[in-house]
Amino acid sequence: MKKKAPHVDMTPMVDLFSLLLTFFMLTTSFRPQEAAVIDTPFSVSDKQAPDKNLITVAITKDNKVYFDMSNSGTTLDAQGKEIADTATHYRRELLKQIGEQKQINFNEKELQTFETGSSFGMPFPLLKKWLNSTEPQEKEGYMVGIPIDTADNQLGLWVRIARVLNPYAEVAIKGDGEAEYSVIKRVMDIMQENKVQKFNLVTNLQKEELEGEATIQ
Amino acid sequence: MAEIIESDSGAKKDGKRRSPKKMGAGVDMTPMVDLICLLITFFMLTTAFAKPKVMEITMPEKDEDTSKKSDIKVAADRTYSIILDEEDRLYWYWHKDSEVDGVAPVFSKWNKTNYGPDGIRKFLLEKNEATVKEITELKDKVTKGEIVMSNDTLNVRIKEIKRKYNTELKKSPIILIKAVEKAKYRNLVDIIDEMAICNVASYAVVDPMADELEILKNAPK
Repeated sequence: MKKKAPHVDMTPMVDLFSLLLTFFMLTTSFRPQEAAVIDTPFSVSDKQAPDKNLITVAITKDNKVYFDMSNSGTTLDAQGKEIADTATHYRRELLKQIGEQKQINFNEKELQTFETGSSFGMPFPLLKKWLNSTEPQEKEGYMVGIPIDTADNQLGLWVRIARVLNPYAEVAIKGDGEAEYSVIKRVMDIMQENKVQKFNLVTNLQKEELEGEATIQ
Repeated sequence: MAEIIESDSGAKKDGKRRSPKKMGAGVDMTPMVDLICLLITFFMLTTAFAKPKVMEITMPEKDEDTSKKSDIKVAADRTYSIILDEEDRLYWYWHKDSEVDGVAPVFSKWNKTNYGPDGIRKFLLEKNEATVKEITELKDKVTKGEIVMSNDTLNVRIKEIKRKYNTELKKSPIILIKAVEKAKYRNLVDIIDEMAICNVASYAVVDPMADELEILKNAPK
């Protein structure tokens, strides 16, 4: 008797896996790298956050303020209709203008790094160091938060330039549940100084039904 | 399928078939499967399916010109203040009648409550009973299928009901949310969330007044 290796036909499995793989590859949008772990509070709101035209201000547990702006946005076409535009380079422009205002010269490589990056939070002098460092540990060390005091309102400048660059941008506030209300209020005040009245507070969805419905009637 | 089936050229001319030795060059697919598995896992883990949810809040416009501020008259007898302190405590009081000129405003005593369904939610539902009742009835009818309407229409209807009780009938409460500086952001979100749950039509986040901070110091812990 010849020994016959039990033969399993793997073709269907491979087919299925390939399908799944294709699906995931096409639908994936990579989770943006988080500058810090932010544990957002729960709410019943199920409105989705917009994925373009967004300025995000994150507030961490220890009250540091980070800033983020989406690179793509909306422009008007010839007929004045709003169209999605992925060729806008808001982030690059943002850094360029900050550089002009603060007399910091950002080279091409730094602009590139900034454009593909995500949220950041440091005073202007640290920006260059942060962009040029490659060590994740070192990078994290520079994330000391954007100053928001009235004396040194750097967040205000970021927001103003971002608003001018992209007037369609909405503002999302992504605060950690443990962050202090005074910091949130200060951030909102800065936004209001820049004529933002509507805020999107980023939350986790938690369904909660009115259980008192029977008792109300 | 993946097996290469060879043509029967191995059969001998004399018609005698050879023992059916399968010459199928079986392609070993294991490494490929391994690789695909790895890739799938990678994409599954890195993909961000659930977009974050947001809660909208519109803040009152800040006017530098303070002389305009006092123009807004708010009916005091349906205005309630909710004060959030730094240790997850919650107080509410009623403004009663403070609109009469020359008479010092009268406030009800402070009531301590909590964030649970028996605390602030019960209070809000009680004060907002008429609105909540009508909205609940409407939602019930929609879920039972008695009325067919899209979600958007439903939301518009709910807004109309809220407006009816707020601006026409002037029955629904007006809530002033006042958080102390050291309060947690979570508490603010919780309380705004309760406003959504209890269908409160008008609420605002404002700064606490100096006397309120004074009372808060001696408030029951």
